[in-house]
Amino acid sequence: MASDGLFRTGPRAASGSHPVVALAGNPNTGKSTVFNALTGLAQHTGNWPGKTVRTAWGTARHRGRLYTLVDLPGTYSLLAGSAEEEVASDFLCHGRPDATVVVADATALERNLNLVLQVLEVTGKVVVLLNLIDEARRKGYDIDVGVLAEGLGVPVVPAVARDGRGLPELMDTVAALCDGSLVTHPRPVVYPPDVEESLRRLEARLAGRLPRGAPLRWLAVRALCGDARVLRLLAGPAPPPGSPAPAGPAPPPGSPLPSPGFSPVVRPRPAVSRTSPETKRSAGP
Amino acid sequence: MPSPGSVPLHLLPPGAAAKVVGMEAGGPKRRRLLDLGFVPGAVVEVVRRSPFGDPTAYAIKGSVIALRREDAAGILVRGDV
Repeated sequence: MASDGLFRTGPRAASGSHPVVALAGNPNTGKSTVFNALTGLAQHTGNWPGKTVRTAWGTARHRGRLYTLVDLPGTYSLLAGSAEEEVASDFLCHGRPDATVVVADATALERNLNLVLQVLEVTGKVVVLLNLIDEARRKGYDIDVGVLAEGLGVPVVPAVARDGRGLPELMDTVAALCDGSLVTHPRPVVYPPDVEESLRRLEARLAGRLPRGAPLRWLAVRALCGDARVLRLLAGPAPPPGSPAPAGPAPPPGSPLPSPGFSPVVRPRPAVSRTSPETKRSAGP
Repeated sequence: MPSPGSVPLHLLPPGAAAKVVGMEAGGPKRRRLLDLGFVPGAVVEVVRRSPFGDPTAYAIKGSVIALRREDAAGILVRGDV
């Protein structure tokens, strides 16, 4: 699959001037239910070995405005390097969505916050959709949405996507993120001092190799995790001083970032079992 | 880090519960296991073992995760919770 097709001429070209909204989330959080409810499309709702990993996109209308929604593959992480995670991570880094919705399962919030925090390292224009809030209440979980939003520094919208509850509120929040009337202040993940020092040094080296607006801290984190593509970028020649790319004006919000020496690669998922552990959802508590 | 009294997860019998105390796996496998919720302090329960003994289903942080023996062996757990 041509990565350029997915990241350059894909959702962006299809959207015209509509804001682009990415949907991220763990597997089995109801992400595709949200996507289908908002776009009215009967899109895929599964993700299994052998199925080609790709993003689906559709158009949502809210209060007279159109939005292009991009349904990213369900992942537990953006860091472990599976094909799904690379697609999701690359889209968030280079597709430059105007807003990102992270769909989280309220019945397993602790597990879901891992991805929420990783997404917040890539982009701050995030709203967390706390889905399955009815099931969580039945299980006896009382989630203080205000405290959660305060702790994360981004809005949190409780929802039951299956019934459409919470989705109008979600789209109001998305609209406010897209038009700039809502500005988030995500709380950064703070690492131990030695890690922070390494991140600072890596960010400085990455800054000279990437256009302004690139998520340098996130790419530095990936380098520390041994991400081969970021390491290749760091090993490559630094651009001569005064070269236009880093010094130039920031690209308009939402425009795809050129990524010299760092073009996204999309691999089809292998049909046979992978080396990473397989997961399945529990039938009950 | 191996700590006193810790055992690799794959040695626990079905029905047993224990606390994750460390990780011997490295690289992407380590990252993957951490992302799945096998972080220090997490409580893991052995749900069931498949008929041929591999893989085994573990309940952790609200999900059931099936791990192969070789992957579970990289996770160190301790005691009953």
